[in-house]
Amino acid sequence: MIRFENVVKRFDGRAVLDGVSFEVAKGEVLAVVGPSGTGKSVTLKHLVRLLTPTSGKVWLEDVEISAATGRTLEAVRERFGYLFQGGALLGWLTVAENVALPLRERLRLPDGEVESRVAEALAAVEMLDAADRYPAEISGGMQKRAGLARAIVRHSDIILYDEPTSGLDPVTSVTINRLIRRLNRERGITSIVVTHDLQGALLFADRILMLKSGHVVELSAPETFVRSTNPEVREFLDAQFITPDLLEKKL
Amino acid sequence: MRITREPSYEDAPKWQVEALRRHVVTFFANVGHAGRLAVESLACLPGVLARGDSRASLVRQLYVAGIRTLPVISVVGLFTGMILGLQVGLALSQFNQESLLGATVMLTLIREMGPFVTGICLSACVGSAMAAELGTMTVNDEVAALEIMSISPVKYLAAPRIGALLLMSPILAFYACVLGVVGGGLVGYTQLNVPFQQYMASAISIAGVKDLFVGLLKATIFGVVIGAVGCHEGFTTRLGAVGVGRATQRSVIISFLLILMFGYMVTRMFYFEFSV
Repeated sequence: MIRFENVVKRFDGRAVLDGVSFEVAKGEVLAVVGPSGTGKSVTLKHLVRLLTPTSGKVWLEDVEISAATGRTLEAVRERFGYLFQGGALLGWLTVAENVALPLRERLRLPDGEVESRVAEALAAVEMLDAADRYPAEISGGMQKRAGLARAIVRHSDIILYDEPTSGLDPVTSVTINRLIRRLNRERGITSIVVTHDLQGALLFADRILMLKSGHVVELSAPETFVRSTNPEVREFLDAQFITPDLLEKKL
Repeated sequence: MRITREPSYEDAPKWQVEALRRHVVTFFANVGHAGRLAVESLACLPGVLARGDSRASLVRQLYVAGIRTLPVISVVGLFTGMILGLQVGLALSQFNQESLLGATVMLTLIREMGPFVTGICLSACVGSAMAAELGTMTVNDEVAALEIMSISPVKYLAAPRIGALLLMSPILAFYACVLGVVGGGLVGYTQLNVPFQQYMASAISIAGVKDLFVGLLKATIFGVVIGAVGCHEGFTTRLGAVGVGRATQRSVIISFLLILMFGYMVTRMFYFEFSV
């Protein structure tokens, strides 16, 4: 469904992505992990053409995203929901107005349908109580959940999550991780999740991709990932005290 | 129009000459980008006026650009007229020509100083705030979020702002001129013994439709320039809070320079034939 073909991305002469290739199947949850500054968020931004590869190609089915413009690009973006690290809510709109934004401004749905879909999305992230509050009046975690509601309200079939649990307390993190899995199971949403929360990723992801220095170091199922003999993967796992036994216990 | 968040060059320059060449190319690319932003925003204005939500956004920007800058424009307009009145009055009094004070102040204000001081005030108060607000939105990924939702940041964010400045700038410039003329008259009456009625009669007799048209045209152009520069600097902000500060500073400097350049060009276009 989604395919990265030997993607290279340079900033100021430095290769942030250096020949990255992988595929994501329809309905799959892929977790992208790795140390900071290894190009995880950059990878995500290529999928909606916020960034364009220096070389290589990014595909969504038979459409080359990396070359898409105009209506083709709009059609591609219609299929994506995107949760940014900070939620990226507009400060002068309430939570409900933020969630309704793509329905009103883009899809131009009637008010009744907008209200019902906004309520449905806010209920999914347990944010109905905060519908009338402004982003500055709610916590960072609530902003992220509101951002997630906005990402799912369009009923997109692919959702990209950029560090959905960073800076959140453990309980909220678990809620978000469960939500990612639930959206995948109930609606068949294909998800790519950039995260530092490896323990969470082991539970919600179908496969885990590890990036380091712009290269794909490992791409495998969680069970295989935790048993990897790759020294870079082992170092990453050991730093988070993750062992195969722990995964089995969690499963 | 795509809001790019990528550097113009992906590799570091090897030589100083190359770095200089890139600066020049980037400068003209930015001017072109800001110009295109202005044109596209103006093209979006009918669409903005047609929809209730967009109209509300335009009204909010009209309030920001118009009502909130009114105190500053009032003080600046009044004192500009007073300073002009004093300086010109002192010079004219040496030739016993105080009766020309009203005409001189009026022409200077309506042709040049009114639009100019309005442009400076709008650039400092509104253009800089636009650059800071949009810059913060850009570095917080709010602009990117709009793009992903296929909501045009040009139509949603830039058009109401540039449209508001397009509408408010000539109104404020006219208002600044009126206050300036009154200020000049007050100085003339209190310090140069020029009767207020004589001053006003002289002022009104000299002002032609062409002068008013050129002054308002300048103010309109300045409004669009300030809006386009503020939005462009905001949309191209990088490097977090530091970048927002730089974008704000750049928007004011570039607007000042462009106001001077466009002011000269419009004056030359309309008045050059009379000066030879």
